[in-house]
This record gives sequence, C-alpha cells and structure tokens, in this order.
Amino acid sequence: MTQAPALLEISNLSVEIRGKHILRDVSLSIGAGEIVALTGESGSGKSMTAFATMGLLPQIASARGGIALSGEPLLGQSEKRLCEIRGEQIGMIFQEPMTALNPVQTIGRQVTETIRIHTAMPQNKAEQRAAEVLTRVGLPPDAVPLGRYPHELSGGQRQRVVIAMAIALRPALLIADEPTTALDVTTQAQILDLLQKLVREDGMALMMITHDLAVVSDMADRIAVMNNGEIVEQGPTRTLFSEMRHPYTRALFEASTHKADLAEVDTDETLLSVHGVSRDYPVRRTGLFTPKRMFRAVKSVSFDINRGERVGLVGESGCGKSTLTRAILGLEPVQEGTITLDGQPVFSQGHPDLSVRRKIQVVFQDPYGSFNPRHRVERLITEPFYLLDSPPNGAERERAVAEALEAVGLNATDADKYIHAFSGGQRQRIAIARALIIKPEIIVFDEAVSALDVRVRAQILDLMAQLSRDYGLTYLFISHDLSVVRSITDRVLVMQAGEIVEQGETEQIFENPAHPYTQSLIAAAPQMPNYDPTSKGDRDASSNPN
Amino acid sequence: MNRTLILGGMLTGLFVLGAVLSFFWTPGDVQAMNIAGRLKPPSADHFLGTDHFGRDILSMIMVGARTSIAVALVAVGIGMGLGVPLGLAAAAWRGGWLDEIISRMNDLIFAFPSLVIAILITAVFGAGAINAIIAIGIFNIPVFARLTRGAALSYWSREFILAARVAGKGRARISVEHILPNVTNLLIVQGTIQFSLGILAEAGLSYVGLGAQPPIPSWGRMLADAQTMVALAPHVAIIPGLAIVLMVLGLNLLGDGLRDHLDPRLRVIRT
Amino acid sequence: MLRYALKRLTSLAVSLLIASVVIFVVVEIAPGDPASFMLGINAQPDTIAALRAELGLDVPKFQRYLDWVGGMLVGDFGTSYTYRTEVSGMIADRLWISLPLAIYALMISTLIAFPAGIIAASRRGRPADIGVMGATQLGVAIPNFWFAMLLVLLFAIKLRWFSAGGFPGWESPAEAIKALTLPAIALALPQAAILARVMRSSLIDILGEDFIRTARAKGLSRRQALWRHGLRNALIPVLTIIGLQFSFLIAGAIIIEQVFFLPGLGRLIFQAITQRDLIVVESVVMLLVFAVIIVNFMVDLAYAAVDPRLRART
Repeated sequence: MTQAPALLEISNLSVEIRGKHILRDVSLSIGAGEIVALTGESGSGKSMTAFATMGLLPQIASARGGIALSGEPLLGQSEKRLCEIRGEQIGMIFQEPMTALNPVQTIGRQVTETIRIHTAMPQNKAEQRAAEVLTRVGLPPDAVPLGRYPHELSGGQRQRVVIAMAIALRPALLIADEPTTALDVTTQAQILDLLQKLVREDGMALMMITHDLAVVSDMADRIAVMNNGEIVEQGPTRTLFSEMRHPYTRALFEASTHKADLAEVDTDETLLSVHGVSRDYPVRRTGLFTPKRMFRAVKSVSFDINRGERVGLVGESGCGKSTLTRAILGLEPVQEGTITLDGQPVFSQGHPDLSVRRKIQVVFQDPYGSFNPRHRVERLITEPFYLLDSPPNGAERERAVAEALEAVGLNATDADKYIHAFSGGQRQRIAIARALIIKPEIIVFDEAVSALDVRVRAQILDLMAQLSRDYGLTYLFISHDLSVVRSITDRVLVMQAGEIVEQGETEQIFENPAHPYTQSLIAAAPQMPNYDPTSKGDRDASSNPN
Repeated sequence: MNRTLILGGMLTGLFVLGAVLSFFWTPGDVQAMNIAGRLKPPSADHFLGTDHFGRDILSMIMVGARTSIAVALVAVGIGMGLGVPLGLAAAAWRGGWLDEIISRMNDLIFAFPSLVIAILITAVFGAGAINAIIAIGIFNIPVFARLTRGAALSYWSREFILAARVAGKGRARISVEHILPNVTNLLIVQGTIQFSLGILAEAGLSYVGLGAQPPIPSWGRMLADAQTMVALAPHVAIIPGLAIVLMVLGLNLLGDGLRDHLDPRLRVIRT
Repeated sequence: MLRYALKRLTSLAVSLLIASVVIFVVVEIAPGDPASFMLGINAQPDTIAALRAELGLDVPKFQRYLDWVGGMLVGDFGTSYTYRTEVSGMIADRLWISLPLAIYALMISTLIAFPAGIIAASRRGRPADIGVMGATQLGVAIPNFWFAMLLVLLFAIKLRWFSAGGFPGWESPAEAIKALTLPAIALALPQAAILARVMRSSLIDILGEDFIRTARAKGLSRRQALWRHGLRNALIPVLTIIGLQFSFLIAGAIIIEQVFFLPGLGRLIFQAITQRDLIVVESVVMLLVFAVIIVNFMVDLAYAAVDPRLRART
C-alpha cells in the first residue's frame, strides 16, 4: 500500500557511529495527515531515526541512504537550509518536559523565538501569535501568562509549551519522541488527545516514537516495529496487530499483555498492618521569620496485608506512595498511627527494630543505581545479613549466596562478578536475590519493573509469580503502571494525594472502579487492542509478503 | 594510561626524585658562600648558575623542593584528614545542625581572602614553615569538606544506599562502607590539585618572607632575593620561577590525567 | 527579588559579624604585648602601663571589641600604635591603590577569559580549543609574583615601556592607570586562565542540555543556540568563580604590590606586621574581608538577575 508522493520519505537509511551500526536500511514514509508510530525497545534505533530526520545526529555519526521532505533531500543538506526547515517545516517534541525548556527564559519568549527566527514578524505580532498558539495547546494567557518561567509550570504544562514551540508555524511534519513517557497517566491521556487534535486540525503528519504499544494502538494509522536498528515489520495498525508476521512483533505484543501466572492463596493471617499512618514533611521556609510549616504527604492511611497475599499500590507521582514505602520499611518515623509487621512495630523508640526489619526487604526501580559499583555480587547480595544476630559464615554463607542466585535464575558462579557485567534485567534479578537471601516475610517491590523493557519486564513478573508459588512470598507491589499491577496482584490499593481512596480485589477494582479517581485512572490508561494474535484473520491482500 | 598522566607523572616524579636525592647528595653546598663566583650564568660547573651568594642554584632548587613538597603535602593531609570526615558527616546528617555549621563555616572561610588570613596567621604566630602549613591547611579543609559533601549527597540519593539502610546499617557505617570508596577517585584528583595550589601558596608566603625561614632554602625566598638582581642576572629570577611552574604544571597534568584515567566525569573544585 | 536581597543582606551582616570576631580573637591571642614591644625590653613596668592606658589596651577585651567594631561602623579605625595617627587616614590613601588594582585585574581577567572560554567550548576538540586549554594549563601554574618579575624584566628593563615600579598618584589618572597596568596584568593572567577553564566547562555542560536540543529543533543554528540559550545559563557557575576570584585578587594585590613597590595596603600590612602594630593589621584585614563579602553579596544579586528560579525560591 503506497501512498502517492509521501510527505516524508526515508529510504534505506543507515547510520553508523564509530563503526557501530545504529540504523540499517530503514525505509519509512509518512503522508500528510498521517500518524505513523515507530516502536521498539530501548536501543532499537527509533530515536536515532527521528534525529536523522531532523538533521540533528551526533557529529560523529555518519549516515547513508535518503531522507526527503516534500521531495527535498534532507540528508547531506546544508546546515543553513536545515536550520530553515527545522521549526518551520518539521517540529519536534521530546521526552523530558522538565529539562526541554530553557530555565532562565519565559515561556512566552521561547515560543516567540520559533516564530521570530523563521519569519520577519515584528516582536508584538509574534507575541500575539505565541499567545494564540499557547491558547491552542491549552495554556491561555489569562490562566498561564507568557511571562511565566518553566519552573513555575507542571510537567504536563511544560510539555504543552514544548508542543506550542513545535507547532507555532504549523509545520508539515511533527516528530514526537516519547512525548508522554515522563508524564502521569492522566496527563498522558490529555497530551495524546491534544496531539491528535492538532494533527487532525492542521493536516500535519506525525511521527510518534514510543516504547508503549498500548499508547499508539488506538492512535496511529500505521506502525513500524524496530529492533536492533532495523524496521522488522510495518503496516496499518489493524493489519499489524491482527497478523504480526514477525516473531519480534509477536514477542513484543505478548510481553506487553503478559499476565503472570499467580497461584491461588488463601490466608487470613495478618502480616503487615498499617493503621492510621500520617507522615509530615517540613516545607521550605518562605521567609526568614515565617514559622516552619509542615506538608502532610501521607494522610491517615490504613490497610492490612495477609501472609501470602500479593498487594498492589497504585498512584501518580507525588501521591505519597514513596513516602509510605519508606515508613513501612522503617526508614523514617511516622507522625501518627502505627505500622506493625507480624505484630511488632517496625519503628520503636526512635530506632528501627532490626529484628522486625529482617522480615521485610525491598527491590527498587533503578537497576543501575541499586548497587554499589565497587562491590562484588557476593558482597552486594549478602548485605542484609547485617540484620541477623549470627550471620552465616564460610560454606554456609556460600550456600546461601548460591541458593539465592539460583532462585532468581542466575548461576552461583555469578557471585564473583562485579555489577557492571550484568544487564538491566539481570540486575533486577540480583536485587531480588538480595531481598530473598535472609528469607523475609514480605518484599516491597518499589516500581521494580518500571525501568525495564517489556520483554524483560514479563520475565521478571514471571519470576515474582514463581517465587510466590515456591516460597509463599508475600509482596507489596508499588507502581504507577495499572496494567502491570493488574497482572501481578490479588488486591490493589489506590492512592491519591496522600490518601488511600479505594482498595479491593484487583479484578473487582479494574472491572468496577467505585471512586471517581480510580475511574479516571483506568479510563486514562492506554489499552492494548483486543486483536487475537493467534488467529490468522483475513490477510491484507495488498501487503507485500516480502 | 594517557599522555597527560604520563607527562604529569614524569614532571612530578622528577621533582620528588630531586628532593629525595638532595638528602644524600647535591651538586654543590647550599650553605657555602662564594662571593667571587656569585651571579654566574649556567655553566658546566654550575648547571643552573649561581645566586647572589655564589651558591649553586640547582642544589638550592633540589633542597627547596623538599620544603615545597613537605609544606604542600602536610597541608593537603590536614585538609583531607579533617575535611573528608566533616563532609561525609554533613551529607549523612543532611540538614542537621552539623551540616548547618559546616556549610556556614565553609561559606565564611570561602569569603575570607585565603592569603590574607594566611598572612594574618603567620603575622600573629610568627613566620615559619609550620605556621605556613597550618595557614594553607586550614583553607584545604573547606575545599575537601565541600567536595566530599557534594559527592556524598549525590550517592545518598542513590538506591544502593537506601538498600543498605534497609539492611539496617547506620549512617556512619554507610558513609565509611559505601560512600567513601565511591568518592576516593574524586579525592585523589582534588588532592593533586590542592597539592599544586599548596606549592603556589607556599611560594607566595615565602616570597613575602612569611614562609620557611633561613637557612631552610625555599623557592619563594629565592625569588624574593633575586628580585633586586633581575636586571643584573635574569637567570637568578627565572630559574626558581620555572621550577615552580614546572612542578605545578606537572601536578595539574597529573590531576587531569588521573581524572581522565579514573573517571572523566569527576567534578573537582577549581578556584 | 526584594526579599531575596534582604535575605542575602542578613547573611552578609552575619558573615561580617563572625569575621570581625574571628579576626579580633586571632589578634588578641597573639603572643606579645604591643606596648612592651614598642618600648623595648628595658622599659619600666609603669611606662608600659602608661602606654597601655594610652593605647586603650587596659580596657576589658569585650569592651575593646565593641569599641573597635563600633568605631569601624562610623569610619574610625582607631589609632596606630606605631605612628600614633588615625588608622583610617593611613588606610584611605592606600586603599585607592589596592582596590583599583584588584578591580582593574578583575576586568582584564574577565575580558580575556570570556572570549577564550567561549571559543574553546564552541570549537571543542579542535585546534583553537587545544590552544586555549594549553595556555590555561600554563597560566594556572604561573605564580603571579614571578610573572610580575618577568613583566618588569621585559617591559620595564628591556623595552622601557613602563616604569619598574612606584606610583605617581591619582593627580594624573592616565599616569596612575599606566603604573597599575603591569601589576594588573600580572595579577589577572593566572586568574584569567582559571576563569576561562570554568567558562569552557560550564558552557560545554550547558550545550549538552536538553533545552539546547530543543532550541536546535526550533531552527536555531549551533551558534545562535549557544548565544541565546547557552551563555546565560553557563554564567551561573562562572559568577561564583568571579566572586571567589575577587578575594584572590585582593590577596594577590598585596603580594604584587611588593614586586612593583606600590604603596598600597600590602605594604602597609607588612610594615605593620614587622612593627607589631596590631590595630593596623586587624583593621586592614577586616577591610579586605569586608570588600570580599560585599563583592560576594553583589554576586548573589547577579545570580538572581540571571536565574529566575532563585528569585522565586525566597
């Protein structure tokens, strides 16, 4: 299915950096008004394709092949001409709205700059135009004046400013590089709606880069799946999802919809009890003589976790879930209420109780920051032995290390390696081994799979399910990602602004959310399409088998 | 190994070697005066010429290196010995009273013109090598404290530290076990830089007569003595200065080379 | 912004207070009594006592501290032990050499460092950068007083463009500035080397920031992105160093004055030290600290002008 003269035509694009192939024979075309998604795991080359199109490849990169916009070649084009094209004919949106704006310039000035650099419009006219564009992206000047600085806006608002800068001159092509990855799910939904609206209104072409198949499944006209610098499969969204010719596409899809196989548990013995817990933080003083004020990050939270239960805690950033986690781990005192584990308080008389602490362990989000780079795996995973009165020695210790490593699917011989020898997924396995080694009663998984690619994520979720089966492990799974929580928990707690607004059986909550906040969260979460990947379906006759 | 590191190491090594050698042998006697052979330009007899008392300049440089190195080394030791624990503690109990006091003191000491205070100290307690060491060492304390605190704080927010806390380890233990090994590279590089600044500071103090006192030879005083003879015998002023430049350059190259070798992203304090 | 300024002003006052206490205490615990020193070892106890009374040394220490600080607030720095004249008068003449010298040097240093740092950063890894970095590596290693001697040797003794030292006074500003030029260059070059390095690394950091990429995506050229978005952000760490450098320049001025025989504060303080004229030492040091703290206060205000996040945070 070839659309007559496409707006953007990428043909056989290859990029090398220091002899390493980053892109290989990438061919892709995007027509006016079309939304094409470029998806794949990290390092697949999707962002590099975008930067090649913008002519913003790193200077050490060398590119071959062709990129043409409305017939005009971009690759090998003079820098002067590329500057004219960027911002006027191609706009770009980035992943990190917090750092994408110049912190020392007002948003009005930054939007105006796009206009002034490409047109001869006088300052006041350009400002007026900037105000119109900002209104269009949902930041009317009477609510958000042009004189605001980026630090005065929320992440979602900043992303809107970036969008305004990109679309100010109604470019023919808009490139969005993971535009919602750094945003909360409700903000993500709003930004995606905005992008679709702008594309439809202006007849813009949109190149949407994302790792999240669910995000693009109901928005893209066509999808290209990338792996290792190559496009392994591309086609209209519906066809692609129903056919999935390439095994990689199928693997991605399956991993994205992966549901771990949780064994049935049936207990009513309370293990962790959180009762009326509140947690206050001092707010930065506004003046030298103003009294200290406190911010209540967690407000009278109560819940129980039974032995063997797998409980999820969901909420958007800043809802207080990290603060609550630290209180449960006994790292910080609470101002009100009690947290008990197996009947004993986790924090008593101003000191964390080690005998209680050894019953709870944690796995963190960042596989790269979770380990001291200067220690060997053996030393890393035995750190919790510090909690024991008589930690195992010699052969007994070696046996414990080997056992923990094998339990998470690694080899006992890995104990002598340093952490940099392991991939992100392996590191999370080591983190789980570290948590398991003292056989805790409960493990807290704090966004433990959020930094992983989908296929690795699915493996780690399987591992968790298996540990729960083999050891009767109890866990609290904290995440912002609703679909993952749904796949790995029996019960779920929904947290908003420091409060648990709803809790209940996972399926019950997802099928029938009672609280409006839960409803909005679930409505905003992108859904994977319900195409049956195994059915062969009616093959699109026009698609080329090669 | 990179070229900067090798060049810096060789330059520094040359001076250290000369200083060590001077304990056993020098080309000439640094005490013996020879008025007849004074202010002689470099020759076969006196490789770097003679000074206004007819002493062999090469020998003076070798013995002077001892003073420079000793003063700078001990001053860095003072700065590290006190600054690093303070910085670690300030980061471990961030926002606590200790952190507050240390930050205040840091700000204050940075606000004082260091040389002026060094002059004040040596003026009040008398000129000499020991007081020069103390005066220079005091200003190394906040440098190391601030550097250590900043680097340590960036580690305190990392998850492996949180994991250690979950393992029940106290802040002091974590500082020693986890933070210190991770900031060592930074401390080595900063130590090299402070060493070179110490050499410069010692030369400055000796030049104004507040450093090591005669008969201990020092590069700064050699320059002070040479000042009135610049027109007569330029080499007397140029050579000790070159010694300072080469030694400091060597140390700075060594520091840069070490940084590139250990971790190019290390952030050192340069003032 | 006003609140920010007030807050910085408060901390300025606190710094000055602590500095004055520290200086007073250090000078107080100095071994040796000025009065006995001035009268020599053969002096009679009653003559010493009389002199102590005359110098105001018999008053309790705390009272003396208050008198000293109170006096300074109204411009009265006390009376020199040695010369029996007003310290304020002695300082005033000399201040008009040391302070202009430091400011002159700061200007030269900034004027050299900014372009050098910007050129090096924007041509990173290319010959211009390597040249600038090599020069700064050398500049950092040169002791300023030795550099001063070399300047004298070349420009005063060999070429005879400048005089080797001395100061003609401000009656003829052109002559005065000429007399301060070699000392200022000697002071400024090593500092310029440091400042250029800071400017370069700060700019390189900023050029790697996401918002520079955003600016490029808007259609700004590399150069435009550097000037419009890079420079102002890069200035924040550079300002810190400028503030610190002033303190080095003030101190450096004291030494450089020795090389050029300039009758500035440096000469005064060294004379006072040899004569144990502690009131002069005390007051000159306090004055220098005061100048440095004021400059740092101005740097703080400049921060707020550059960075809107600071203005908001108060």
